[in-house]
Amino acid sequence: MKNFGIFDVIGPVMIGPSSSHTAGAARIALVARRIAGVGYHHVDFFLHGSFAATYKGHGTDKALVGGILGFEPSDLRIKNSFFHAKEAGITYNFIPVNLEDVHPNTVKIEFHYPDGSCFYVIGSSIGGGNIEITNINGTSVIFTAENPTLLFRYKEQKGMIAYISNALYSKGHNIDLMRTIKEDDEVLLIVELNESLDSELYESIQNGKTFLFSKYIYVPISKIGKSND
Amino acid sequence: MYHSAKQLLELCEKQKKPIYQVVIEEESKSSGSAPEMIFSQMKEILSVMKQSSQSTLNKKVPSLSGMMGGDAQQVNKYQKDGKTLLGVIPNKAMAMALSTAEVNASMGKIVAAPTAGSSGILPAVLMTLEESLHLNEEDLIHALLVASGIGRVIGQNATFSGAEGGCQVECGSAAAMAAGAAVFASGGNNEQIFHAASIVLINIMGLVCDPIAGLVEFPCILRNASGAINALSAADLALAGVKSLIPFDEVVKAMYKVGKALPESLRETGLGGIAGTPTGCAIRNSLLKND
Repeated sequence: MKNFGIFDVIGPVMIGPSSSHTAGAARIALVARRIAGVGYHHVDFFLHGSFAATYKGHGTDKALVGGILGFEPSDLRIKNSFFHAKEAGITYNFIPVNLEDVHPNTVKIEFHYPDGSCFYVIGSSIGGGNIEITNINGTSVIFTAENPTLLFRYKEQKGMIAYISNALYSKGHNIDLMRTIKEDDEVLLIVELNESLDSELYESIQNGKTFLFSKYIYVPISKIGKSND
Repeated sequence: MYHSAKQLLELCEKQKKPIYQVVIEEESKSSGSAPEMIFSQMKEILSVMKQSSQSTLNKKVPSLSGMMGGDAQQVNKYQKDGKTLLGVIPNKAMAMALSTAEVNASMGKIVAAPTAGSSGILPAVLMTLEESLHLNEEDLIHALLVASGIGRVIGQNATFSGAEGGCQVECGSAAAMAAGAAVFASGGNNEQIFHAASIVLINIMGLVCDPIAGLVEFPCILRNASGAINALSAADLALAGVKSLIPFDEVVKAMYKVGKALPESLRETGLGGIAGTPTGCAIRNSLLKND
């Protein structure tokens, strides 16, 4: 395991009973909410494998609803998340499905907005509260949100990667990992950093070019209870 | 950086520093966080541990499925009445281990140490040490760091996942970490710390992961109580001078091999062992019906 440290042994601080079925589920939903953006009034949770088989017994359902409400995996409100969702006017369904060849603890979270549009994120809980986001609205991706992560989608064009790298470099950022996923004439760029990004730099990158979609996601697991939701 | 008990002990020897200090300095180097920052995170962790270990000592809190709850309260009352076989200290330790495990099973706040299913063992042992050795917060954090160092060695050379290695890698690892912490807090030397950790793993090797209905409730909650006792007894054995003939690093590798050799039905699938008994299956079926 990369950088296996003492907080991977002692931690995370979390709401029980299972790091993969409860804490990991809450984190997938929290990350999905950050990717999708708020304003949804209904969410469908499509549960696969072990998630589908034991979601009630492990409180996976409450953890997922907590996550889409913006609760961290250590937030005691997770236990009563159904009540909080009702207060917030958000409805939800849990639908066991077979998503075929994916990790046993996988969920597809589909956000529905009042204008009739929807947006989905698929993620897997891979153990110890660690997660992987594997699909954003039909585009296969792979990232953990453990590191500060930038997502950009744009029409294929020359110089975009250089533009983003230069902007990051100019403020002293180290790029840990950069990955592009091409689909037709659109590109999804994933950039993982080793230090968190200030919002000013993110906005200036965002404003300098035309993006179809851009997000900055950072939901670390090993740091305790520091929410920026 | 250390990847084995041998390397950790060599670093302590070379730098003439106690284990907790080497653990915190190595963590600081690899993560980039200042030692003070690590120390304050440990302080926060300790406070969650303390809270969870006390939470259900005097009240019954049902688990998510409803099949468990109330054991911590019963054992706590039993030890207070004073007519126990083992004595007050081990019974109090079992009650505290059950408390955290019950908090976990009822969607309360715990620290995975190393996992949620085994989260009761380390808090129970630390709080026992606090009470019987009159430790202050700093002493407890040092003991927690010793436990973390032991756990890091296990995590790097084996696994903490019950689905991969059975209960021995969850409750066994937690108890090995707690035993080392207990020896350290009692003034034992570095060799004794690892003898205790080895003795724990040797005595629990092969323990299967067989939760009823696949839920972190039964027998998981009970195994936290026995894990705390395993830790305290191994610590006493090591402090008395009993040694493990097999070095800790070899014991960890053996445990990992044993885990790999376990059939899938005994690795968190809820199919074999206790879960596979007629009564275990009947409980699972009735839970599924209620869904």
